[in-house]
Order: sequence, then structure tokens, then C-alpha cells
Amino acid sequence: MSETMTAPVVDFEDREIMEVSMGPHHPSTHGVFRMDVKLEGERVVRLKPVFGYLHRNHEKIAEHGAYLSAIPYTDRLDYLCSMTNNWGYVLAVEKLAGITVPERAEYIRVIVAELTRFQNHAGLVGFLLQDMGASGTPLMYAFREREKVLDLFESLSGARMMCNYMRFGGVRVDATRAWLDEVRALVPRLPGFVDEFENLLRANEILMARTQEVGVLPPQLAVNAGVTGPMLRASGVNYDVRKVDHYGVYDRFKFRVPLGEHGDVYDRYMMRILEMRETVKILEQALRDIPEGPVMDPKTRLRGLRPKAGEAYGRIESPKGELGFFLISDGTGNPYRYRVRPPSMINLTILEDMCLGHNIADVVIILGSVDIVLGEVDR
Amino acid sequence: MALPSPEEIKAQIEAGVPGAAVTVIQNGSPSAQHSLLLDHEHARAVAAFLRDHADWRLDYCSLVTGVDWPDTETSEKVKVKKLVKAADGSESEQEVDEVRKTKVPGRLEAVYHLFSMEKKHGPVVLRMRTADRGECVHLPSLTPVWRSAEFQEREAFDLYGIVFDGHPDLRRILMWDGFVDYPMRKDYVPPPDDVPVTAPEGTSPEAHS
Repeated sequence: MSETMTAPVVDFEDREIMEVSMGPHHPSTHGVFRMDVKLEGERVVRLKPVFGYLHRNHEKIAEHGAYLSAIPYTDRLDYLCSMTNNWGYVLAVEKLAGITVPERAEYIRVIVAELTRFQNHAGLVGFLLQDMGASGTPLMYAFREREKVLDLFESLSGARMMCNYMRFGGVRVDATRAWLDEVRALVPRLPGFVDEFENLLRANEILMARTQEVGVLPPQLAVNAGVTGPMLRASGVNYDVRKVDHYGVYDRFKFRVPLGEHGDVYDRYMMRILEMRETVKILEQALRDIPEGPVMDPKTRLRGLRPKAGEAYGRIESPKGELGFFLISDGTGNPYRYRVRPPSMINLTILEDMCLGHNIADVVIILGSVDIVLGEVDR
Repeated sequence: MALPSPEEIKAQIEAGVPGAAVTVIQNGSPSAQHSLLLDHEHARAVAAFLRDHADWRLDYCSLVTGVDWPDTETSEKVKVKKLVKAADGSESEQEVDEVRKTKVPGRLEAVYHLFSMEKKHGPVVLRMRTADRGECVHLPSLTPVWRSAEFQEREAFDLYGIVFDGHPDLRRILMWDGFVDYPMRKDYVPPPDDVPVTAPEGTSPEAHS
């Protein structure tokens, strides 16, 4: 790959172009997000995403607080997946300060992160189908399942969505035996839900007509544009941070990384379905092998942590892609530089490339298949 | 295959890109992610060299960000020999304490974290530094090498005021177009809460595109 990959240039001379501003209050954007679309007839010839409506300078706020006080704030990034956001941040702090994590805490982290992945993917598929016109039913099926996971989060951490559960050096509270039994009771029921979902939708003619060959993302462009997560793997690139970095205890579990072939919306949809199945496998193994023991490293100072001057980049595979945190310490009690690598925002870089030449109705489902949460895009 | 040490990478860059000057910057934290400081003139050539290197294939630029280092003033007490007049008019040489202030000019920094999706290794950390924080805030854009830098360089421009030369579409991204300051800089003072912030005429968010 030696050719440069820049955004496509369009010549508008002698063409009848209509400009449409989709958003910021368009139902398909699931938040406050706008696309400046130029159309020739119904065909998209230019598309520029515009965001920042939810910008609150998350990074600056975190730089003003102690290392500990940023953890509840990370919940609000991708507010559907607070557990994985916590993990990304505490992993970066652990790298920065050289903190070790007890084994039981690592297993609990895997369990809650995989439950998060499951409910995120279920919700995404529900929303995507809602965008396609399958009003209500798939989304309600997904939310019914998501509710069970959120109930578990509530009984573990006290909050359904803003969990604020992980700490550098472990997790905040131990999982009780009763809680683990509840998870053990739920996990065997999850594949049935995925089957139900798939039977409802696979080989559905409308679904295939709307999604196949739509919004194709070639693998070379996906790599060059830093696309990560299920979207990258739908284009056939085998890259999963869980397999590459083996953070936590992911090297102990057997699971496959599903790969797509065409990189279209259909593959991105199927990727979520297949990843839900792999998630169930990881959950089964983690629940089987979880050891007894402490869940916090006793030597870690939560309050008043002062890492040595230096920097660290820690990353995890969040449900949306590679979530990374870059921290610079100057030896004081709050981070000198705190930077989030938001997968949702970086995955939007090639939104225009995927939409060009398609109808404006397809823009909605292409955006839906990217899986963005505006809390993370705007920060 | 694991990546070689930063010193080895530096040596290979300097052999592969004639004229490039690379400095290894040590990282004191246990993460030991050391970084390479690039000169502006050859930065893009070095970036393309790293991306296309047969053994490393750093095809994936994960994270791009700005860092602000404001002007710092260090003062130290030094002993200076001076002629001191005594009360009777005679002069004698004595040691006197004097405070000397040295001003270190600040700078803006762009940091790039590179990984390889093909070889599954990384990170290699690149840095570029501006000469100061006022006039000379230009850095070469690496978006032509890695498309993933497109939005993130725009963000560094928006929040830090680093101007990336050669970027295809350098506009504000999170703040609105009429905004004048750079909120992530360390010396940024937010406007008072009771004064409404208004964009100058013709620069409201709806006006561009």
C-alpha cells in the first residue's frame, strides 16, 4: 500500500446540486449530529459530518481532577458501555504507575466487559433495524435482553448505566456468589436470544436488499483510516486488541474473531451477531474459571495517586472499536495530559467515502452500521 | 516479530531517509513507551518510511493528539562576587546572593501512536514540536500518510491551535467556526458564565459548508 488515501474530490460544475442538512435533530443520528449532504437527484455526491454539539471538554475536566476522579466521568463517554470505558482508563493508569491487578478482579472485569459487549451489540442491531423500517419489534427484543444485563450491573455496582465500577488496582466491590450465580443463570439463555434474532431477520429479503453491497469499505482504506472494532473486521481485517495485546486475562480464553468478506452494511450487521456468540463463549469460560481472592491490590493508593513523571498509552477492545487513553504525568496528583482515543469519532472519518454514490435513504443505515454514541464522539 | 529498540529504529530511519534528524525521548514511567522526535522537514518522509517498512509495516496510526507546554520560568540563587563599599569608603570583594531567572520558552507538541495491523505490534510513538506557542505553530500534517489523522489533527488544531500544513480540510471540529481561543491550552481562561458567547457575524455554525 504505497498510494496515498485522501478524501475524494468532486467537481460540481454544470450539475444541479441540492444541499440538505441532515440533523442535528434527525432520528437516525441517535443524538445531536449533523451531516451536510450534497445531492444530485437522490444520489449523495458530498457528505461532511458536523459534530461537537455535546462537547464539554471532557479532557480538560479530567486534567483538573485527581486520577481517581476521572473514573466516574469516563462513564459518560460512551454512555451505553460504561464498564469498558472504566477499563480503558484504569488500564492506562495501571500502565503509567506500574500497578498490578489481582486475578479475581481481572476475571470480574472480563465478565462485566463481555456483558457490556453483548448488550451494546444487541442494542445496535435493534437500532439499525429500526432505522431500516423494522419498527419496534427487533428493538424491543434487544432491549428486553439488555434490561437483564443492566439489572445485573445494578445489583453489582449500584447503577444501571453509570456504573463507576473499576478502579486502578482492581474493582470497587467484590462480586458475591449470588451475583455470579445470577450471571451463570443468564448466560445459557443468551444464545437462544441470538437464534431468535437471527431467525427473525436472516434471509429477510428487505434486509438483504437494503444492506448488501451498500456502504462498502475496502480493507486497505479501513486500515489506513484507523477504523477499528467490528467495522474493521467486517472488511476482513483480522485485528482485535483482545487477541493482539492480551490485556487482562484474555489469553486464557478460547474464542474466535469473526471476519467479514465484503465490508458492506450486511457484513457489519452479521459481525455483531457473530460477536455476541463469541462473547457467550468467553463468559462461560470466565464464569467457570473465576478464582477466589481479593479484588483490590492492597498497595495501590486510590486517593492521592502520584505516578512518576512519564507517559503511557493503554487501550482495550471496546464494543465500538479500540478505546485508548493517553496519559502524561508530571509527578503531581492529577494528569498533565489526559487524552481519549474515541473509536466512534475515528470510525466516522470514512463516512463520506462509504456514502458517495448511494441514495440518501442509505445514508441512514450506513451511519447506523458505524455504531456511534455522541457522548464519545463529542466528549 | 517484536519491534527493535527506539535507538535501532532511529538508526534505520536515518539510514533510510537521508537528512532526517531523529531524537529518542526517554519515558520515565513503567510503561517504557519511548518516543521519537522528528524534524519538520522530513517528518512526512519518515512517516511514509515507517508505514511502508517491510519488517515493521506501521500501517495503523491509532492516536494523534496535541500537548501544551507553556513558558516556564526557573529561578535559582547563585553566588556572585561583587565589590561592596564599606561604611568607611573602602571597597572589598564579597560574595553576594543573586536570583537569576531563566525563561524556557513553551511549545506545542503533536504526538502520534503507531501500530501495525499486519504484524500486530506497536506502539511506536512519534512527536513533533513547534518553536513556540504564538507565531510558529506550524507542523507538517501526516494525514496524507495516515487518513486516521484527519479528524484528530483537526481536533488538535481546534483545541490547541497547532496548524497542520498540508492537511486537506483544516477546520474547527468540536468548537464552532467563529470561536477564537484554544480551550485545551493550559493558560486558557473560560469566559464568565453570565456573558453569552456569540459568534462573530457570518460565522454561525449554519453559515459554513
